[in-house]
Amino acid sequence: MAQSNRLPSGGRIDRAKPLAFTFNGKSVDGFAGDTVASALLANGIRLVGRSFKYHRPRGILTHGSDEPNALLKVDRGPGRADPNNRATVIEAVGGLKLSSQNHWPSLEHDIGAVNDRLSPVLVAGFYYKTFMWPRSFWDKLYEPKIRAAAGLGVAPDVPDADRYVHRNAHCDVLVVGAGPAGLAAALAASENGRRVILADEQAEMGGSLLAERTATIDGVSAAQWVAHALTTLAGRANVTLLPRTTAFGYYNHNHVVLTERVTDHLERPDPKLPRERLWQVRPAEVVIATGAHERPLSFADNDRPGIMLAESVRTYINRYGVAPGRRIVFATNGASAYAAAADAKAAGLDVTIVDTRPESAIGPEKALAAGIEILAGHTVVGSTGGKGLTGLIVAPFTAGKGVGARRTLPCDCAGISGGWTPSVHLFSQSRGKLIFRADIDAFVPGISVQKERSAGACKGTYGLSAILAEGWAAGSGAAGADGSRLFAAAPATPTGFAPARVLPTDDDPKKVRAFLDFQNDVTAKDIRLAVREGFESVEHVKRYTTNGMASDQGKTSNMAALGLLSEILEKPIPQVGTTTFRPPYTPVTFGAIIGSARGQLFDPIRTAPLHEWAVEHGAKFENVSLWRRAWYFPKAGEDMHAAVARECKAVRESVGIFDASTLGKIEVKGPDAAEFLNRIYPNAWLKLEPGKCRYGLMLKEDGFIFDDGVVARLAPDLFHVTTTTGGAPRVLAHMEDYLQTEWPDLNVFATSTTEEWAVIALQGPKARDVLQPFVTGIDLAGEAFPHMAVRVGEICGVPTRLMRVSFTGEMGFEINVPADHARAVWEALYDYGQRFGITPYGTEAMHVLRAERGFIIVGQETDGTVTPEDLGLGGMVSKVKRDFVGKRSLARPDMALADRKQLVGLASLDGRTVLDEGAQIVADPAQAVPMTMLGHVTSSYLSPSLGHPIALALVAGGRTRMGETLHVTTPAGFTTVKVTAPVFVDPEGKRVNGVQTEGALHA
Amino acid sequence: MLDTPKAARRTPVLPVGKGGIVSPLPPADRFVLRLKGFSGTAGGFDLSGALNTAHGMAERFAARLGPDEWLLVLPEGEGAAAQAALEADLVGRFFSLVAVGHRNVGIAVTGPHAADVLNAGIALDLSDAAFPQGSATRTLLGKADVVVVRLGSGFRVECWRSFAPYVSGFLTEVAQEFA
Amino acid sequence: MLLVPCPYCGPRPEVEFHCGGEAHIARPADPNALDDAQWAEYLFVRTSNKGVHAERWLHSHGCGRWFNALRNTVSDSFLASYEMGQPRPALPTEGGK
Repeated sequence: MAQSNRLPSGGRIDRAKPLAFTFNGKSVDGFAGDTVASALLANGIRLVGRSFKYHRPRGILTHGSDEPNALLKVDRGPGRADPNNRATVIEAVGGLKLSSQNHWPSLEHDIGAVNDRLSPVLVAGFYYKTFMWPRSFWDKLYEPKIRAAAGLGVAPDVPDADRYVHRNAHCDVLVVGAGPAGLAAALAASENGRRVILADEQAEMGGSLLAERTATIDGVSAAQWVAHALTTLAGRANVTLLPRTTAFGYYNHNHVVLTERVTDHLERPDPKLPRERLWQVRPAEVVIATGAHERPLSFADNDRPGIMLAESVRTYINRYGVAPGRRIVFATNGASAYAAAADAKAAGLDVTIVDTRPESAIGPEKALAAGIEILAGHTVVGSTGGKGLTGLIVAPFTAGKGVGARRTLPCDCAGISGGWTPSVHLFSQSRGKLIFRADIDAFVPGISVQKERSAGACKGTYGLSAILAEGWAAGSGAAGADGSRLFAAAPATPTGFAPARVLPTDDDPKKVRAFLDFQNDVTAKDIRLAVREGFESVEHVKRYTTNGMASDQGKTSNMAALGLLSEILEKPIPQVGTTTFRPPYTPVTFGAIIGSARGQLFDPIRTAPLHEWAVEHGAKFENVSLWRRAWYFPKAGEDMHAAVARECKAVRESVGIFDASTLGKIEVKGPDAAEFLNRIYPNAWLKLEPGKCRYGLMLKEDGFIFDDGVVARLAPDLFHVTTTTGGAPRVLAHMEDYLQTEWPDLNVFATSTTEEWAVIALQGPKARDVLQPFVTGIDLAGEAFPHMAVRVGEICGVPTRLMRVSFTGEMGFEINVPADHARAVWEALYDYGQRFGITPYGTEAMHVLRAERGFIIVGQETDGTVTPEDLGLGGMVSKVKRDFVGKRSLARPDMALADRKQLVGLASLDGRTVLDEGAQIVADPAQAVPMTMLGHVTSSYLSPSLGHPIALALVAGGRTRMGETLHVTTPAGFTTVKVTAPVFVDPEGKRVNGVQTEGALHA
Repeated sequence: MLDTPKAARRTPVLPVGKGGIVSPLPPADRFVLRLKGFSGTAGGFDLSGALNTAHGMAERFAARLGPDEWLLVLPEGEGAAAQAALEADLVGRFFSLVAVGHRNVGIAVTGPHAADVLNAGIALDLSDAAFPQGSATRTLLGKADVVVVRLGSGFRVECWRSFAPYVSGFLTEVAQEFA
Repeated sequence: MLLVPCPYCGPRPEVEFHCGGEAHIARPADPNALDDAQWAEYLFVRTSNKGVHAERWLHSHGCGRWFNALRNTVSDSFLASYEMGQPRPALPTEGGK
């Protein structure tokens, strides 16, 4: 497409570097240095999107991050498509594919535009009022329809192909914004070696100075001054310059979060580079130099493509060498638009100024408009055109006398200026208190809460000399120097405006649709309606009308709505207040927030030293907290059920080998170690002899079980404590808490050895036979090494802590070896064990085996409300100890109630239904709903040893219900069960000593 | 007793990142020493340093991670002798010396961008001024608990062995742009 | 993210810490001497004041020490941090605004 609106010269674009991208499939030409918006305008494209609610045709309103209208989908290739990008901030890159949004079938012909005709109905609160009745329509009809209509753009449906990274950074001074104030601040702050980060959201630093045609600073042009400042800063090793970086959130304790767009401006980015980098900066001091946003004027049809902010017209002409129109009418209530008009005229364009102020109120800015027709004391009452502006309808207006005769000023572009709003977002996010300055009709930073200071236009300072001096002072102050410097900027900046809310009109105000929030289609009428319906708080009006709630966060609309609200309520603005500014300042990609935390790096996947062996032997895995554990080892053709049955059988009949390395382990050492465990556990420890193990339940102070495990006493002052796999960190933290805060007098140290020791469990009647040949220094004979004994010796020539323990009910050994030796020891045992049919088993078989034997698993049979007595383990609780953690709570009356839920077994009466874990239990399935729940199933398996289902359950008063018939929910209705003891195999516990109890199996 | 060879040591296998910025360190012997109210030298380790400092050399050092906690790292095979020496020097005192040589894995992060790579996941200031030679601390890298030690060239990151694939993978991923 | 002042390590990022709730609630020396109401008071009842609040913090991903800190729950500013066992320091600003 021809660049019909490109000016023959000027601008900061590189005319030697042409490029082309597509917009809605059509090629658009531009130059390096263009934004997509400036290139579209250069190609004469004014219509770029449809508005959210009414689907009105919209054009480019601004030249920066405040853009409400020009939201485009950017397609950089597969997995790189991204909706809702503002054309005004996307850098033009060759090969980009851009498309407009919120229309069907096309941008030019949009069926949804019928909403515009329905606008008298689609007022503020329309959804709340309309979709109330009938209630039953909500879920199936209203909500899906509204959801489909709501939202802009279409979320991508394939994984993001780009990489994102995070960076934590510290500095002495963070300067946000590299306009005149920010550059001066960074120069001053970095003079004496302080670490300075200067971040600016634009590709090129310089801010408003990049659009200056005539301004000079200290005798050089603004452009030269910027170049010199940037060269100076780049030459300082203590300065980090971050262009294309938006400070979007100001959080507690000077934590400022920035997002840097690293590669979006590159046609062929280096794949080593991340697309974006999220900076989490902790500066000692922050200088906020974020500038100000221009306000639109509110009048009927003020949203037609071709109407844009006056300063944006100026920027497109001066910075990008683009004429947004050939015939431009500037409509303003203040001085700054005169500079824009002068620059447009200098560019050879046809210019008219419409000023709402009477002739007498126009200040020195008038001199800038030499040779330009000025219609002073005029209001704008409308615009003409369809999908593009053809004229502005103006009329003389005199306060008290009303609106005079209309006339239409033909134009293809209007530059509107309703005054300026300082960008106080970051200051407000920092919890600073805003104050209202009536003289500039704006909120400005008041009382600081964090270590920040604002400078320049974001503080309401608009004169260039003053901005530079203020920036310098802020930077110097932030660096602790408190220096000052004067700058000579010329010519004087035209400043000042007469606040205008909705421009006077001769139309019926009830029919005028003057847009305040362009993105959410909120009109002045909507604000009036909200007030009429009783919404007076600014926060309520915001939510009812959605003014300021779109992705632009009301940068161009908030003050207009606020001012109007103040007029309607007849309250001064400070009394109306302002809505709260919240992060993010501009939209942030999910990718940047997530950073590296995706795929394999989403969470640590912890694997134990024998994991690779299990992988090599075809194991299936399950996640247990962060661990990945071998679940079962299927042989060819086996499903899980068959594999688990085979694994269980091997353990009961011969020997199984199991990786128990993930068990938590804590070394508790010190002269008071036994006393400490005596206080931490409910059972007695003082008399446990070295060389012996004891099973312990650990309670919290509320008396409920929170972990369990076997504890081995290795020496009078040394215990090897084991915990559940998931409980290791919290048990250690629990111990440290008591050691540090309650009993600092105890001489005990606790150290995590979870990962120092790998644990190989050998379980089954042949376990000792497999182990025997590899162990030195330990007598494994039954009487010398009984059940629940621990010995220290060697296995395969490496140190071991060998425990005779069983979590299966069979004779068992847990072989602790230093982790790096685990694989060699395991392989030696596995190879030798072949003669006994040694079988590796996984966590599923382990669960089945322990449930058959009635052993609990914390987190399965317990849920934080279960006491030892509830599990039938009350005998483990010492009656003689004066105190231990949880003791006093066990004496609370509720802990002794007869109808507490108690652990029982359940047998399915049909002999084949495997109950669902978590299924509810009732006494009478015919009772009326809601039924009385007696409890729930905690564990349920098909027992390979018994050939029928087994289940554990917590049932109210369960131990008094032995033999009772109860009913358990299943997906197909209730099934009937009988209450049994919670032990299914070897209730006398003989098998751990190698005594075969065939009768108990297959009973 | 079968005539079997001594069980071989097999440490977690970690990749060497491109550009050599992130690389696994050789196996080492390590201890956690807990000891109250002591300042001086024991077992050849200088335990006099302030909290969050490390004393010694890159391959043999004592890093003080808590008021009464040190991580001792030394070359593989020297642990037994060091343990004996420490126990001799600390005899009569209340202390806990726990071998954790197999618990931890060491990863080196080196080069001019080492701190930038680490700061992708570590929120601390790792600049020369804030974290100079001889610094050591426990902290978080992404979602993993790590110990960072600065002795010799670059940084040494110690983590528990099951976190090593995550820590190594994280650092390798973020180091790409500097390779 | 807060900067939490560890009395041992200095200010460190919040992610390294675990907050343990209200401070200065000592475990009764003889829990058995307490009636049910008193025990429940110790076990469950905590204040959650607006303003300066004494809290327990654990520098779990740092020096591993529990300590106490005074934090203003409105502004999130830390006014003091001190080792376990030390009394709550008096603050000149307390009781002010």
